[in-house]
Amino acid sequence: MDFDLSEDQRLLKDSVDRLVADQYQFEQRKKYMREPAGYSAAMWDQITEMGLLGLPFEETLGGFGGGPVETAIVMDAFGRGLVLEPYFATVVLGGGLLRRAASASMLGALAPKVAAGKLKLAFGHVERQSRYNLADVSTTARRDGSNYVLDGAKSVVIHGDTADKIFITARLSGERRAAGGIGLFLIDPATAGVTRRGYPTQDGQRAAEITLTNARVSADDLISDNALPVIEHVIDEAIAALCAEAVGAMQSMQDLTLEYLKTRKQFGRAIGSFQVLQHRSVDMLVAVEQARSMALFAAVMAGEENPIERRKAISAAKVQIGRSAKHVGQEAIQLHGGIGMTNEYAVGHYFKRVTMIDQLYGDADTHLSYLAAHGGLFGKVA
Amino acid sequence: MDLNFTPEEIAFRDEARHFFRTAIPQSIRDKVAEGEGLTRDDMINAQRILNAKGWCTVNWPVEWGGKDWTSVQVYLYQDEMQQANCPTPIAFNVSMVGPVIAQFGSQEIKERFLPATANADIFWCQGFSEPGSGSDLASLRTKAEKKGDKYIVNGQKIWTTLAQYADWIFCLVRTDPAAKAQEGISFLLIDMKTPGITVRPIITIDGGREVNEVFFDNVEVPAENLVGQENKGWDYAKFLLGNERTGIARVGASKAKIARIKELAALEFSGERPLIESPRFQEKLAAVEVELKALEMTQLRVVSDERKLAKGRQNPASSILKLKGSVIQQQLTDLLMEVVGPYVMPYQRDFEGNNEPIIGPDYASEAAPMYFNYRKVSIYGGSNEIQRNIIAKAILGL
Repeated sequence: MDFDLSEDQRLLKDSVDRLVADQYQFEQRKKYMREPAGYSAAMWDQITEMGLLGLPFEETLGGFGGGPVETAIVMDAFGRGLVLEPYFATVVLGGGLLRRAASASMLGALAPKVAAGKLKLAFGHVERQSRYNLADVSTTARRDGSNYVLDGAKSVVIHGDTADKIFITARLSGERRAAGGIGLFLIDPATAGVTRRGYPTQDGQRAAEITLTNARVSADDLISDNALPVIEHVIDEAIAALCAEAVGAMQSMQDLTLEYLKTRKQFGRAIGSFQVLQHRSVDMLVAVEQARSMALFAAVMAGEENPIERRKAISAAKVQIGRSAKHVGQEAIQLHGGIGMTNEYAVGHYFKRVTMIDQLYGDADTHLSYLAAHGGLFGKVA
Repeated sequence: MDLNFTPEEIAFRDEARHFFRTAIPQSIRDKVAEGEGLTRDDMINAQRILNAKGWCTVNWPVEWGGKDWTSVQVYLYQDEMQQANCPTPIAFNVSMVGPVIAQFGSQEIKERFLPATANADIFWCQGFSEPGSGSDLASLRTKAEKKGDKYIVNGQKIWTTLAQYADWIFCLVRTDPAAKAQEGISFLLIDMKTPGITVRPIITIDGGREVNEVFFDNVEVPAENLVGQENKGWDYAKFLLGNERTGIARVGASKAKIARIKELAALEFSGERPLIESPRFQEKLAAVEVELKALEMTQLRVVSDERKLAKGRQNPASSILKLKGSVIQQQLTDLLMEVVGPYVMPYQRDFEGNNEPIIGPDYASEAAPMYFNYRKVSIYGGSNEIQRNIIAKAILGL
């Protein structure tokens, strides 16, 4: 057992940490957000040049064959910077689906484009009624000659407004919540019958509502006709990545709060000299460290092939991250007092991001229910 | 980064698992599992079995019977011991006074005490707290006055765990009343049979006798029983308290409790179905399991870091081990009581020693006492509030 980063991982961490420290200060981020896409085109180019977009792909495809640990290193740094660029949608979700579901020829054609920053991806799966049930798909795909005709609507598609291509799930057969019969398509959003309405999210990122009305796509766009197992695995990897991002954001809230307690003076002394605030800061630290531990656990378990074991571990991590983030975020605002409420100040933006992360792919209670119903984590030693 | 154990580590774990589950008598391990108090003989027997294998004082210097193990091995050793419900070696001997003597004692005092301490030929107790000196330990007033080649000790210690079993007590005593509080304290070893020592039990809310008051009335202690230098005792005490950083989380013991809770919750019914099938109960337990898994990972991070850190430096994560570990232990005793249900009520300690049949299921009688007793774990060894003070200062710089 060894928690040390390898030499390559250390280099990766140094470079993303430097990127965030140098170019993702809070004031810089505000400028990026005002660009038309809701993020910085120049920053996207820079992320591309650093090779980060090829992270999950093999070297022959223009990538560097990184796994969940490498993804966590990047996402932790992005959490500290509240990075806006569509890395998660394109590389973690899109890259994950390509890698796990696409044919070798399709992967060979598309992965280099993703890695080169020329193909932004998004994943339209969740629907209005499905909440956190990944099998709940009511969008339909009807075969018509060499085409499929898609009808339905996809909710809160992260960065769906600027994606060049969008993964869409649609039911080929079965009841609405049936595990089998879910098709995975990769479609061009310019296809007739596809509309997307982009909007900002609470945390300053972007998403889109996508509707499909008699949208005719080629049968070649169908990547998998039984996609649920792949979707579950990719979402588990995505949750592990979000856990790392949340830990980065929590660390920043902890740092900002501590700094504030040491500099803000009331009653003639630094407020950090008051024991009640010291103890609350310690409880924040505990929450951050427990979350960091579970984000690591998630990164390690994201590659597990046994779906139940993997899902239980990922669920446990999402529970811890959700609870820690809520505690750290609320306390960070409270300990700052009025300044924590202002939009001009960074801490509230971290709070908003971690609050939205809890909603993504299952909140803490949803994951706790799953874990509880599957026997928990510990049992008798054989 | 590779969070899997190496084949060597797995082999070691399997050896430990086998050893603890075969060498330590089942009757003793059952008592630990059920929270029943161990007798003095139980503790000594278990410790001697460990010592015979060389697995008792693994944290001591190698020349005094310690092991040159990796921190991962130490972790696995503790985890397997606790999961098997083996009694931990007598903490006063192995975690406390032994390392202090090995680090600060003279060669003579080491030879005199260390082998006997390892083998539990001496049963130690700890004389630190006093009625007026709990969290503010440095204010202690028990005094030792040097008269020729003796110290004359007068004063009172309190919360002295298992003093009724102890052969010797290691004490913090005030040797220089004029000095600053921390600078006039010495570390003295006292034979419990010395005239002038009185031990009085304190019965705790669980009905058990674990702790005591110890009174010293003109107790004559040979000067050679001083450990290290006079008036340096506070440094040794801090060394002692900072020594045990990872075992204190008791992750393995909590895993064993979870396994037991699941086992018993399958036997107890809630309505038509076993309690273990109640979603509400499942979720309460799973919530604790998540915290415990996080704590285990935190502990492994600390363990992994220990190899790299300069001696004396602390990984910030290590400070949360006691805070979180204590709360988890308490939550599990609460859940165990919930599992047992109405048969937590009969108070059966008074039947001990006679042949009355036990009332209710045999796993029920200790559930409530254990819950009451475990309130102590967030108080002893520096209360959780003191831990927060320490973390705020040492780690957060507040």
